[in-house]
Amino acid sequence: MTETRPSFSLKSLSGDTHSFPRDGSHLVIFVKEDCETCNTAVPVVEALHKAYGDKLRVLMPGQSGADNASLRDRHGLTFPILDDTSCKVSFDWDIEIVPSVFWMDAHGRIMSHFEGFVREEWQSLNADLARSLDMAQAQIDWSGLPAWRPGCGSKHLYPEIYDKLRASAEGSPIRSRRIDIAPSDDVIEFMFDQGFSDGLPLVPPTPERVLRMLDGTRRPAQDLVATVPPNMGEATVEKIAINAVMAGCKPEYMPVIIAALEAVCTDAFNIHGVTATTMGAAPVIVVNGPIRDRIGMNKGLGALGSGNRANATIGRALRLIVGNVGGGKPGGVERSTLGNPMKYTMCFAENEERSPWPPLHVERGFKKEDSVVTVFAMTGGPVHIVDQESRQPEQVAGSIGLGLEGVFLPKLRNLPIDALLVVCPEHIDTLMSEGDYTKDRLRARIQEVTRRPLSEMVADDTSGTGIPKSVAEKMEAAKLKAEVPKFAGPEYIHIVVAGSDAGKFSSAFHGWATGEIGSQSVSRIIDSG
Amino acid sequence: MTTILDPTDERKPVERQISPRNGALTGTIGLLDIRKPRGSVLLDELEQQLAIRLPGITVKRYSKPTFTKPCPDDLRREIASEVDYLVEALAD
Repeated sequence: MTETRPSFSLKSLSGDTHSFPRDGSHLVIFVKEDCETCNTAVPVVEALHKAYGDKLRVLMPGQSGADNASLRDRHGLTFPILDDTSCKVSFDWDIEIVPSVFWMDAHGRIMSHFEGFVREEWQSLNADLARSLDMAQAQIDWSGLPAWRPGCGSKHLYPEIYDKLRASAEGSPIRSRRIDIAPSDDVIEFMFDQGFSDGLPLVPPTPERVLRMLDGTRRPAQDLVATVPPNMGEATVEKIAINAVMAGCKPEYMPVIIAALEAVCTDAFNIHGVTATTMGAAPVIVVNGPIRDRIGMNKGLGALGSGNRANATIGRALRLIVGNVGGGKPGGVERSTLGNPMKYTMCFAENEERSPWPPLHVERGFKKEDSVVTVFAMTGGPVHIVDQESRQPEQVAGSIGLGLEGVFLPKLRNLPIDALLVVCPEHIDTLMSEGDYTKDRLRARIQEVTRRPLSEMVADDTSGTGIPKSVAEKMEAAKLKAEVPKFAGPEYIHIVVAGSDAGKFSSAFHGWATGEIGSQSVSRIIDSG
Repeated sequence: MTTILDPTDERKPVERQISPRNGALTGTIGLLDIRKPRGSVLLDELEQQLAIRLPGITVKRYSKPTFTKPCPDDLRREIASEVDYLVEALAD
């Protein structure tokens, strides 16, 4: 056998440093104080140590911190127990089970290796050692020892220890700058002071948390997902994971965040403009497809509100990435006059199961079984549309139309501006009460009930916005009488279904500048692997 | 000590990092008088106490030209290159 193990240097309980390898034969045994099998094995090791003396260097890395001393005292051990509390050497040696026994030569090559307690293996070791060292075998009363006893799991495999070791090991996928925060400093306060926060406390992105977050995607940590305006910062999968940890995400949300970031960083969505506008726009994220239920998103009761971790933290993670990687911070490039709470987070799932219509992603060309994220740049909302009385489909559709009058300003019409309408299940039931009521019919109804003559859009003493008086004066009377709807076309009205079964309250998000100079909604398929 | 990973594009240095403390006080301690009235009284006393309690250390004294303005770069560099610790005294 020519297999080797890495060298190490550990301190014993008395503070002496012991290095491996050195000249001569070594017996290295990894143990854990609270492992019954280790307690069975260590007296045998003591007997071997007594018998072979200086000819066999016994090193016992103990994983149990202060309890290593208990193990020594319990069995009266006279060889050094080495402090591997951090389990770094156990990790480097890839120990799975304790006790783990290695008989090694002077060059660190394995002569013999076994785990747990199999009496015959220990007897063979004794015989091999005696032969190799040209000494008499250690006298051990084997009859008092069990024939076989399984070992315990190595402590370094405990999740909280393993991830930490993995993060600091050679070959760790982590490349980001490590920031050591002094013990006298409060980690949460430190992160506030560095400007990493959106105003709420952040989960500290320790290397082990980030490593666990990276497990949420198959994409390599250093894959570049997007360059994020305004600073054109490079959002690698690792940087996304760091911000996702801070936002409070679970690893399984990573594919949604990655897709959402890809979507907002397209030229069509224009996250630079969305970030910078004084009007205060923010991305609204709608998730469709099987991933909604897989990661526990809320599409029902309170879907647009608080209380669901996936909804809340996916939206927050996206905003943190734009702020931290892209550099879009309030007061810097972000110049909202008032801002809006969607700048913290706005993400929800469509209630496809409660919808009679093709879901948003199918309408936009994807398959029903695809998981898809769609982003909209919205400046206001959700603005509720209250209609508890209508019982006819055309009535409730009419109310929904009237509820959209407020986009930008009620008097402004023919707007080339997006609106995202969220229809609640009870309104759906009323719409469908007399047969199929398609999305296009709803769009047409919205346009129908919001039609007003252009003359109502002319600037006047009540409101100076709209068609300037000087322009209106040059318009023919017939033209001013012509009626225009709220939206420049039905394609600006985006419709999804969400919410719980009780309550006749639909809602709407109001858009920002839509189109080439503003923002266009973008859908991206979620690679959920 | 908590270690976190930088969530930004790393174009700016991280601020407010406190030097690691090892619990021992050795080497050279600088005492910087910012030139507020009576600042020297406080620092004189501190220097005497340090000499009594920590005879092994060296003390070096510095003064800013005026408390009303930031420490000049040259003086800052001089202090940084000569001392292991610095005590800055405010007084009135």
